[in-house]
Amino acid sequence: MKDYIYLDHAATTPVDPRVVEAMLPYFTERFGNPSGVYTLSQSSHGAMEEARETVADVLGCSPGEVIFTGGASEADNAAIKGGAFAMRREGNHLITSAIEHHAVLHSCQALDDYGFETTYLDVDAAGLISPEDAAEAVTDRTVLVTIMLANNEVGTIEPVADISRAVKERAWALGRDIIVHTDAAQAGGVLDLNVDRLEVDMLTLAAHKFYGPKGVGILYIRDGTPFTPQQHGGSQEKNRRAGTENIPLIVGAAEALRLAVEEQGTNNEHCTSLRDRLIDGLVGRVEGAYLNGHRTLRLPNNANFCFDGVAGESVLLGLDMEGIAASSGSACTSGSMDPSHVLTAMGVSAERAVGSLRLTVGKSNDGEEIDKVLEVLPRIIQRLREVSGAAQPVG
Amino acid sequence: MKSALLYRYMPRYSTKVMDHFTNPRNVGVIEDADAVGRERNPACGDTMTLYLKIRDGIIVDARFQTLGCTASIAVSSVTTELVKGKSLEEARMIDRHCLGDAVDGLPPGKTHAGVLVADALKAALGDYKTRAAPDTA
Repeated sequence: MKDYIYLDHAATTPVDPRVVEAMLPYFTERFGNPSGVYTLSQSSHGAMEEARETVADVLGCSPGEVIFTGGASEADNAAIKGGAFAMRREGNHLITSAIEHHAVLHSCQALDDYGFETTYLDVDAAGLISPEDAAEAVTDRTVLVTIMLANNEVGTIEPVADISRAVKERAWALGRDIIVHTDAAQAGGVLDLNVDRLEVDMLTLAAHKFYGPKGVGILYIRDGTPFTPQQHGGSQEKNRRAGTENIPLIVGAAEALRLAVEEQGTNNEHCTSLRDRLIDGLVGRVEGAYLNGHRTLRLPNNANFCFDGVAGESVLLGLDMEGIAASSGSACTSGSMDPSHVLTAMGVSAERAVGSLRLTVGKSNDGEEIDKVLEVLPRIIQRLREVSGAAQPVG
Repeated sequence: MKSALLYRYMPRYSTKVMDHFTNPRNVGVIEDADAVGRERNPACGDTMTLYLKIRDGIIVDARFQTLGCTASIAVSSVTTELVKGKSLEEARMIDRHCLGDAVDGLPPGKTHAGVLVADALKAALGDYKTRAAPDTA
């Protein structure tokens, strides 16, 4: 058994050794700047274009529609600000949801200073966004809609294709066109990423969520989509993202995505079974344990709970002392004092949100590790409830 | 301790905080307490109840119940040890800075734990005064 049990795959994943292998030559021997004309540079350029084709195959788009960025946050910023600025003569209204990643929420908020306004769609108790609500929010000023494909905290999978169709039909009825973007950072190598089936104009991915390296993201921009670059300089990425391309990371991102998609069926099945073992082993067995998010429309790797009478941060420390790495959406863990905006939007009370815990499994976890968690976690919760007084009637 | 992660990569909490978190002292209720102070941090939801037993102006026993993060539990625990044997006058001097020092410091962003516990102590001392008021008036 490993010296610790890693159950925070939604935060990041270890780089697959095969991906490391693929990247290595591009740090040392094949280090050329892809903009050069000599053979060494052309070797880098070739590797980059091959990587672009690999990604395009997965997304079902043409390679020219794929941009490599410095991560998913950069891709979200570029998509939202780049789309909004390019459309500023058509309107100033954006639509997103209340449960997006901060890279999306804060990008939308940053646009307030430039005269844009954003509607934040509510979600139901399972974290689902309604396509009807989204369509109703479209006005004759709407320019861009951004909805995540799957939520990073509670794992709920959003009906992005239905939402896209609904908002576009509504916009067309108003005689206008709008951009639909999806942050698919949690869905890479897990869900179908075909951009035509998702009916999106822009899509964000982060390599480090699917066993690729950190510091590299992917932004898909459908041909013909208005886009104002957010990073200026050289003509890299067809003038859409300046800066010398990070070849080793780009090669790593593409290889990681290729492997993740190739092994998607096996990995999803493996993760789903571990996830369900966690859920079934805790909800209904531990008193005052609740599952957050949708029971079935959820990422195969995500189990998210609230436990009455404990604070998530203390549970994390207790788990860490047993060699188990997990995460929590409770206040105190994020450095902010506010409870998770996702749980709050789902109607979870501040009292209950204090005790939230996210366990996200990965391909290297096994049943034995899950059983260890099921043995250790209830004990930690019981101990903390004794300290909080929740184990006894509270007067 | 099994965890390689915590001590190698997350040296956020002092050894004293970890000690009091792992083995909190004086957990529980004093049924016939002379003073009770209950505080809740409305932002993060941490809640502490402090029970005091007081004889001749001296705190002779202290117990607590805390629903909160590691820091809140540790500071609660250390506070019960700190106040025992102290006079009410001395206890009134204990503020969040004293409590932070008592656990060898709190990491940035965790100082609210000291505030919570200091407020609960203040509330308990206030409760004692209120209960005593009819007699002393």
